[in-house]
Amino acid sequence: MAKPKVATASLAGCFGCHMSILDIDERILKLAELVEFHKSPINDIKKFSERCLVGLIEGGCANDENVHVLQDFRKNCDVLISLGDCATMGGLPAMRNHVPLEECLAEAYLNGPTVHNPTKQIPNDPEIPLLLNKVYPLHEVVKIDLHLPGCPPPADAIWEVLVALLNNKPIDLKYGLLRYD
Amino acid sequence: MTMTTTTELKRIIIEPVTRVEGHGKVSLLLDAQNKVKQARLHIVEFRGFERFVQGRPYWETPVLVQRLCGICPVSHHLCAAKAMDMVIGVDADQLTPVGEKMRRLMHYGQTLQSHALHFFHLASPDLLFGFDADPQIRNVLGVAAKFPDLAVRAVLLRRYGQEVIKFTAGKKIHGTGAVPGGINKNLSVAERDELKKELPKILEWSVGGLELCKKFTREHLAELADFGSFPSNHLSIVRKDGAMDLYDGNLRAIDSEGKRIIDGVAPKDYLSVIREEVRPWSYMKFPFLKDLGPEKGWYRVGPLARLNTCDFIDTPLAEKERQEFTALTKGKPNNITMAYHWARLIEMLHAVEKIQLLLDDPDLQADNLTAQGTFRGEGVGILEAPRGTLFHHYRVDKNDQVTMANLIVSTTNNNEPMNLAVRKVAEQFFDGRAVTEGLLNRIEVAIRAYDPCLSCATHAMGQMPLVVEAFDEAGRVVSRAVKS
Ligand code: SF4
Repeated sequence: MAKPKVATASLAGCFGCHMSILDIDERILKLAELVEFHKSPINDIKKFSERCLVGLIEGGCANDENVHVLQDFRKNCDVLISLGDCATMGGLPAMRNHVPLEECLAEAYLNGPTVHNPTKQIPNDPEIPLLLNKVYPLHEVVKIDLHLPGCPPPADAIWEVLVALLNNKPIDLKYGLLRYD
Repeated sequence: MTMTTTTELKRIIIEPVTRVEGHGKVSLLLDAQNKVKQARLHIVEFRGFERFVQGRPYWETPVLVQRLCGICPVSHHLCAAKAMDMVIGVDADQLTPVGEKMRRLMHYGQTLQSHALHFFHLASPDLLFGFDADPQIRNVLGVAAKFPDLAVRAVLLRRYGQEVIKFTAGKKIHGTGAVPGGINKNLSVAERDELKKELPKILEWSVGGLELCKKFTREHLAELADFGSFPSNHLSIVRKDGAMDLYDGNLRAIDSEGKRIIDGVAPKDYLSVIREEVRPWSYMKFPFLKDLGPEKGWYRVGPLARLNTCDFIDTPLAEKERQEFTALTKGKPNNITMAYHWARLIEMLHAVEKIQLLLDDPDLQADNLTAQGTFRGEGVGILEAPRGTLFHHYRVDKNDQVTMANLIVSTTNNNEPMNLAVRKVAEQFFDGRAVTEGLLNRIEVAIRAYDPCLSCATHAMGQMPLVVEAFDEAGRVVSRAVKS
């Protein structure tokens, strides 16, 4: 039987949740035996070519590209997991939600004490994605099957969830693995 | 084509979108002869931290700001803490010994884990399998399949760095160890002994990794010397006596020949020397040395720059390696882009030696964790993050609320050099017609040498999903390739 596939993506996150996946340490080699890593920033696969059992997504949606990637994951994954506080609640990037986006851009590109911007331009090229007015948690954009909180979720929690899903067992996280910091 | 200037904001709504690109994107602009005229690496993410941190209490910033980057969170955590030391009136030399040393230990742990991650997990596939290898195996799991011993060491080296961080910051990612004026825990004897147990192996493997990288560089020197290389200025902080210091020091910049441009500039005076240019096609700004202007004042940061700017390294093994490294260019600054890897591994060894020294230091078990001062309301923190010089500057009002934040993250400092490296590689390998897989791979290899932690500005790890487009003079796409 072909190995089940796992895909991962980082949207508006800090990559800390992916680092936490790597923090399963030696077990990553065991995991590589149990599953095949499909589309993920740690390898070279850019497009979905096969259906995946699990999609792990870190970060919320802050721009149009994030939304597009998320929808693509929903289409191609059986179980879609919000990994970490940014994905489940918006996290730190969502702190911009109570400030008009114009002000955030002005602060970074016009007002900062080191800014050199004689023509007062704000990055606005078709090559860079459109920013959304707000940062959205994933479940406000597509249906999410599982939420794993934490900033980032502990490596052991990620491991337990993957092992349970792979063995078709219920997920039962021990006290202490569910955390919110 | 160069975009027309506009200050108009974009239409901002959620709607089904029609294009998906990776986080990194390169465009090449050609002249009438189909020669590369311009190359651009577009950075496509924006967070807005500078604005939304305003109004937050200052003591929150060290834990908030590290969430910009989960790959080097400790750097942001410590840099914000250093700035906040100054805000509350505690100068660098007024920290308690345990305060400074715990922070240093955390920082060296971070340098170790980050450099190990970059070299083994991200860059080694290029070196072990070659620039033209099948992208399917050119990744860390490909390395694990072919070189299992190396993969296990890589994982354990990184883990050790993460353990050091856990014992100093309370948590491997996004800890809380540093507070304005000091730290919130010391190192217990049990923690110290646990870290000491594994250290000999870690030291041995760091030396092994360095040997591997050195051998590769020497064997391929003819090919690598020119690869994406160019003369440039170099910037870092150095200790007062000229030693490499990743945690504290004054700014020094040298030109491509080694002549000093600035030296001894204290962190609080950074505004007198640094500016950042805004360009419409990237969310990442372009820093430069103010007096030289945007055209001539840009510089490189990170391991290569640090090896070039410092006079010596204060740990014996790394210093020996530094001498060997500088002998290659006869004591002149090394301007070879691919030499970043070698420099990075010398620093990794230095970090391990520093950890060793610190673990033997009884100051780490002291109890006077914080120092107090008189509130000043403004502070600048600068340190050498794994990827280069990192600047944090804050103003705080009488209600303890942040009123201004200015961050120049390490990768941003390398913006111009990364663009130039891409251009060099394109000039060398683009045949004027088609963007080939070989060109694509090489562009990635050149960008990756800088270890861009685009998480701070955006992010990229491993094989960055990359789109390369070539435009003719009229702005028409001549050729396009997507890394897939
Ligand atoms: S939840 Fe925390 S660790 Fe994960 S991406 Fe967000 S800030 Fe980073």
